[in-house]
Amino acid sequence: MRRFLTLAALALLLPAPAARGQESRIEVPHTRFVLPNGLNVILHEDSTIPTVSVNVWYHVGSGRETPGRTGFAHLFAHIMFEGSGHVPEGMFDVWLEAAGGDNNGSTNSDRTNYWENIPSNALELALFLESDRMGWLLDAMSPEKVDGQRDVVKNERRQSYENRPYGMAYLLLGENLYPPEHPYHWPTIGYMEDLTAASYEDVVEFHRDYYGPGNASLSIAGDIDVEEARALVEKWFGEIPAGRPVSPLGRPAAWLGEERRVVHEDRVQLPRVYACWLTPPHLTPGDAELDVLSNVLAGGKNSRLYKRMVYDMQIAQDVSAFQGSSKLSSEFCVVATARAGHSLAELEAVMDEEIARIAAEPPTEREVQRAVNQYEAGFLDRLERVGGFGGKADALNAYYFATGNPDWFNEDLSRYRALDPPDVQAAARTWLTPGGRVVLEVVPQSEEEISAAPTGAGVGR
Amino acid sequence: MSRGILLAALTMALAVTLAVPAARAQAPDRTAPPELGPPPRFDPPDPARFTLSNGLEVLLVEKHEVPLVQVNLLVEAGSVHDPEGKTGLASMTGAMLDEGAGGRTALELADAIDYLGADVAVAVGKHSISLRLHTPLARLEAALPLLADVAIRPDFPAEELERQRAERLTTLLQWHDEPRAIAAAAFGRTLFGDAHPYGATSLGTEASLRSFSVDDLRAFHGAHFHAGNATLVVAGDVTEGAIRPLLEAAFGGWGGGTPSSSDVPEAAQVSSRAVWLVDKPGAAQSEIRIGRIGVARSAPDYEAILVMNTILGGSFTSRLNQNLREDKGYSYGAFSFFDFQPHPGPFTALAAVQTDVTAEALVEFMAELRRILETVPDEELDRARNYVALGFPEGFQTVAGIAGQMGDLALYDLAPDWYDGFVDRVLAVTREDVERVARERIDPDRVTIVVVGDLEQIEAGVRALELGPVTTMEIEEVLGPRPVLSPGD
Repeated sequence: MRRFLTLAALALLLPAPAARGQESRIEVPHTRFVLPNGLNVILHEDSTIPTVSVNVWYHVGSGRETPGRTGFAHLFAHIMFEGSGHVPEGMFDVWLEAAGGDNNGSTNSDRTNYWENIPSNALELALFLESDRMGWLLDAMSPEKVDGQRDVVKNERRQSYENRPYGMAYLLLGENLYPPEHPYHWPTIGYMEDLTAASYEDVVEFHRDYYGPGNASLSIAGDIDVEEARALVEKWFGEIPAGRPVSPLGRPAAWLGEERRVVHEDRVQLPRVYACWLTPPHLTPGDAELDVLSNVLAGGKNSRLYKRMVYDMQIAQDVSAFQGSSKLSSEFCVVATARAGHSLAELEAVMDEEIARIAAEPPTEREVQRAVNQYEAGFLDRLERVGGFGGKADALNAYYFATGNPDWFNEDLSRYRALDPPDVQAAARTWLTPGGRVVLEVVPQSEEEISAAPTGAGVGR
Repeated sequence: MSRGILLAALTMALAVTLAVPAARAQAPDRTAPPELGPPPRFDPPDPARFTLSNGLEVLLVEKHEVPLVQVNLLVEAGSVHDPEGKTGLASMTGAMLDEGAGGRTALELADAIDYLGADVAVAVGKHSISLRLHTPLARLEAALPLLADVAIRPDFPAEELERQRAERLTTLLQWHDEPRAIAAAAFGRTLFGDAHPYGATSLGTEASLRSFSVDDLRAFHGAHFHAGNATLVVAGDVTEGAIRPLLEAAFGGWGGGTPSSSDVPEAAQVSSRAVWLVDKPGAAQSEIRIGRIGVARSAPDYEAILVMNTILGGSFTSRLNQNLREDKGYSYGAFSFFDFQPHPGPFTALAAVQTDVTAEALVEFMAELRRILETVPDEELDRARNYVALGFPEGFQTVAGIAGQMGDLALYDLAPDWYDGFVDRVLAVTREDVERVARERIDPDRVTIVVVGDLEQIEAGVRALELGPVTTMEIEEVLGPRPVLSPGD
């Protein structure tokens, strides 16, 4: 049934009908090996353009932080760009740009990733830089570097959260969805006072505990010769000592036995409501069903919530829904902004009705097929770029982190192809229960408050 | 067949897990970064060009790695064609194209496109409206007629116009919350003035939004949407032989006409330095915009300007970002750019800075705008040239990227071989070129400065800098009064 997309080799222009199970496969051929020090390495050749992407994942995110040091994993990621034993401060970026390269990194609750997109002649430069900060970061560390990036990160928090309309919403949602001891309770960007408290000693400990080769994975995709790339990886990473073993992160219980309601005032014109539930972790049963459910509810003009709230009734300016998938737990959220003159209660009533309707009766075959077709097309898009966030080098590392198999593209897509309407209904019924969720209302401040005082997810580099 | 993606039906995937022999390569020399070999040569694609029976020009780049196709229909009309008192009409017309077309309602059209796993996006610029179909190859034949309906046969239903109008008035209302939107509107207006089309926001004003009628949309569409004013750009997993009949069937019957002319007045260059402060009470940061009138895309010094701007504020290691972010910690990032348009667009230096160092940040901005007028060290010049030249292939990695690059050839009337020589032209930029274009284009004594922030905290400090006359504004003076929507909207 989910056989919509047929790849070029099988049919030109005409969508050849294929029976279920005969869909074309999507594959990203690769070579994988492990260095004696424990570093996992993934190599994939794609010579579409003469560039290479070097991508490193460290399997540590804000979930490993300790109380009083929230935001540290991300602050640490900033410090990784400030030089290492054989790379003077500032030269990481200078040398890469001088070679025509670009780079970035990001931190979330589970992991931290870094990439360099470079012309293919500069592969060795990127490997030198990545290996040096993996092996010799602390040789060049100083309290001044920590102070410098502390100020930058505080401004990142101001720019991306505090000074952005509704910018504090996801911080509040995490705090209310998860109990205080859960790794997803606190925000990856961290609290200001914890950023202030972060010290040089914290950097030393964090690098020792989490930045060894055994807790990392190196993926190289692009215009490479696999044997040459392999020799260069051995040359630059081979001498790094194996780090300490990292024990798996515990999975504290998190459940919501009640509806928890939170009201937050912000400098906004229009109120917005967020309804969020705790849902199954990334790639576990229910995860793909909830992705498709988010599309049925709020993907496109014909989706249930968009059509009613935005298109027909025009009581909402926008509505969105998503399954935000992470390693320990996920969150399914529905978010809608009220039009002037309409209340959040009106919006919530429609949300509740539509979710109850899908729980009672499966979506139509066409609704589910439409969603699956969009996911299938999205998988093709993911095969075009080798570098940057979400490029193939990054995706190979992501699948390796999640499943142990870098080329899990087809298995991932198969999760969606296998779904039928009752699967989506079952996910709604099981997970989106009215008695176990967090409802956050972000409402406009009154005029006096606006003039009186300021108010108090993944994070970029 | 690409070496990148192999289909299982044809080739067994190679996924090998091997243990590495214990013998380790000798430890490398880390005392200096590794020597790099010569950069790889990159030959940008040369589009095939042909015309349909009605004269509609097609540019085609074949790219066979992934079974995807991008078809962009580039209509050469944009917000500069908004009639007097109707700013935002081009944008509204673009938004209304898929709100019912070719006999399908807005909902039917959206369902048809979504069901294909395809995407039709409409982007309205100053001089162009770009309709972008992105689709799996297997759905191309079904998707192309939908793109043609949207472009050629929009219905412009009155009730959909009312819905779009209310949505856009609400967006205008929401801009009052958004420091960046306020800064953009204030900067455009102070730089270009009310009369110049580059000074207005593309969305329009409350008054103009309320004035649009179905007849206005039809008139705009009728005047500018025809085969004589458009170009098709195709990139993807197709051959000319395969795509040509499909394009002919979808677009070959579209009537022609004369290309739209635009009457864009010359923008008056900034002649002195002045400061506009917009009050955003409680803001945690101040949004800074500093600039003047820049250059047109056709400027003969285009490559030198790119290199100069890269040094000033066009990359992570640029002077603005190093100074304001890395050295001072005032900001998460500071940058600059030239908006290259058919006529001179703005040059803008910008950052969001922590409220309590707003004046200090302005001092650093002004210092960097002065310093770029001085001799640039060789290392910085080399780095900037390489960054621009060697990063160039990245724009040709995806079908959407290639179609965008090819569309620029048409939109900016570039020579057919313009991309072929780009890398060499950038690498040939000299220090004298950079110094010359900096002196011609960057004049720190003649800039417009806009700051959106908490005036109670920043105004005194900014005034004390004595950068020039200071004008304070409320948000409503920038964006107009907050629109009040009635049930009729």
